[in-house]
Amino acid sequence: MKVLVCISHVPDTTSKINFTADNSAFDKTGVQYVINPYDEFGLTRAVWLKEKQGASITVLNVGGKETEPTLRKALAIGADNAIRIDADPTDAYFVAKQIATVVQEMGFDLIIAGRESIDYNGGQVPGMLANLLGWSFVNACVGMEGEGNDYQLFREIDGGKEKLSASLPFVVGGQKGLVEEKDLRIPNMRGIMQARSKPLEVKAPVETENLTTAGSYSKPAPKSAVTMVDAENISDLVRMLHEDAKAL
Amino acid sequence: MSVLVYLEAWEGKFKKNTWESAFYAAKTAEMLGTEAIGLCIGELEDDPSEAGQYGVSKVLHLKGEAFTNFDANAYGSAIAEIGATNEATAIIISGTFNGKALAPALSIKSEAALLSNVVALPESASPISVKRGVYSGKGFNILSSNASKQVIVFVPNSLAPEATEGAAILEETSAGTGEIPMVNILEVDRVKGKIPLPEADRVVSAGRGMKGPENWGMIEELADVLDAGTACSKPVSDMDWRPHSEHVGQTGIAIKPNLYIAIGISGAIQHLAGVSASKTIVVVNKDPEAPFFKAADYGIVGDAFDVVPKLTEEIKKFKAAN
Repeated sequence: MKVLVCISHVPDTTSKINFTADNSAFDKTGVQYVINPYDEFGLTRAVWLKEKQGASITVLNVGGKETEPTLRKALAIGADNAIRIDADPTDAYFVAKQIATVVQEMGFDLIIAGRESIDYNGGQVPGMLANLLGWSFVNACVGMEGEGNDYQLFREIDGGKEKLSASLPFVVGGQKGLVEEKDLRIPNMRGIMQARSKPLEVKAPVETENLTTAGSYSKPAPKSAVTMVDAENISDLVRMLHEDAKAL
Repeated sequence: MSVLVYLEAWEGKFKKNTWESAFYAAKTAEMLGTEAIGLCIGELEDDPSEAGQYGVSKVLHLKGEAFTNFDANAYGSAIAEIGATNEATAIIISGTFNGKALAPALSIKSEAALLSNVVALPESASPISVKRGVYSGKGFNILSSNASKQVIVFVPNSLAPEATEGAAILEETSAGTGEIPMVNILEVDRVKGKIPLPEADRVVSAGRGMKGPENWGMIEELADVLDAGTACSKPVSDMDWRPHSEHVGQTGIAIKPNLYIAIGISGAIQHLAGVSASKTIVVVNKDPEAPFFKAADYGIVGDAFDVVPKLTEEIKKFKAAN
């Protein structure tokens, strides 16, 4: 079984977000990058498949050379080899096309991606990829059991959960629940040493159009100062929520 | 030319958010100088002609065995087919779980640009450009389409729909599910009577300050009197005090209710990312230094076990008087 895990290279969740002076781009100064948290759950789930069923794991990122440490980290966690498609990932359709091309060349049975990346929050690539490949798609996946060809999966829906079955090949848009937070694998020293010699292949992108163009960035308007209410005068809060905030 | 909007129904019933979608589509159609057409999929209990009150002129109804259960590719393919028949240049989808799942397939099948996580009506019509949330609530970006068609997925609670007089005409329609193998839905487990977080108008959320899952009764009571959804912080879901479907924040659900009440949550940057779009934020925390107060509109320094029951009582009094 060949598993592909898509890895986004994103600012650490604690990063302060700033944009360049002309608001045309994200300001990378002083920002630490990590594996996209949604992808981390999928990567650990893939490592379980490897341990239980002998699956092989390829991790893939579309990005510049600066994303290689993130891919090495994924190798240290347990992936067998890595692919970096050398292109700036500014459009979801472009990215999905790149990944679909690699999948068609190399052949995989299962693709696990995060339901969204915490930088652009588009949630587009996994579903586009499934449709381009003609594979089934399970988004917001919070559980996956089974072996061989057939799997039972759980996905989050509004106000509940859905249990479903699917046969390989399919694409999973994963999130917490695929594995739990406490089960997340972190690289150990042996893994880090081994990762250094695991193959990381750099591929040139295939020519594809961008269907979108990103314009200027902005930050949310700052909140006005907080109004403190005495714990003994909660009726004041209710009045203000009604009269001022129109929230009641 | 037209604007097509998917009017999502759950178990045959429409939600407040369905009409927000209708309203979004009608306003977009106005910008583009065309009409908005609704599309319902599956058996209905509610009357879709109500979409007319929000400016949708016609509602198409797609029925059939194949659409009883949700499949992202099948729904995406069917909506694309109906979009093509009706010469839709924009297709509006609400960012529900199913909406987000089907939109990518729909965009591929329609050869349309996909503009997602959109937080307002389009900024301009030619080319279509939208304001979208990026960096998990910490920023916005203007995204424009390079294609002749677009799929727009907006974040629930982005607009306040205004109802007027009107009824949409109803027509049956048909479409296929496409070629891609469908998943088999075995069980749908939807909590009855609970308000799904992404579309909740008010949310009561609690964190580690509650000391344990056994103390959530008072949170649920407060949520009850407010007709609010209940949510929690990441540590609370990680410790299994609450189901992780309640986790709001950067790696959980991002919400933008009218009122967000945070109890015993310190306000880590990852939590704020998921809730800072809320219109009014009330923070209750016994630590006056809790960072959440800086992001709040109203704050109470106090013990949750003391403040929450009092707040519930005061809201009951308010409701009785109004």
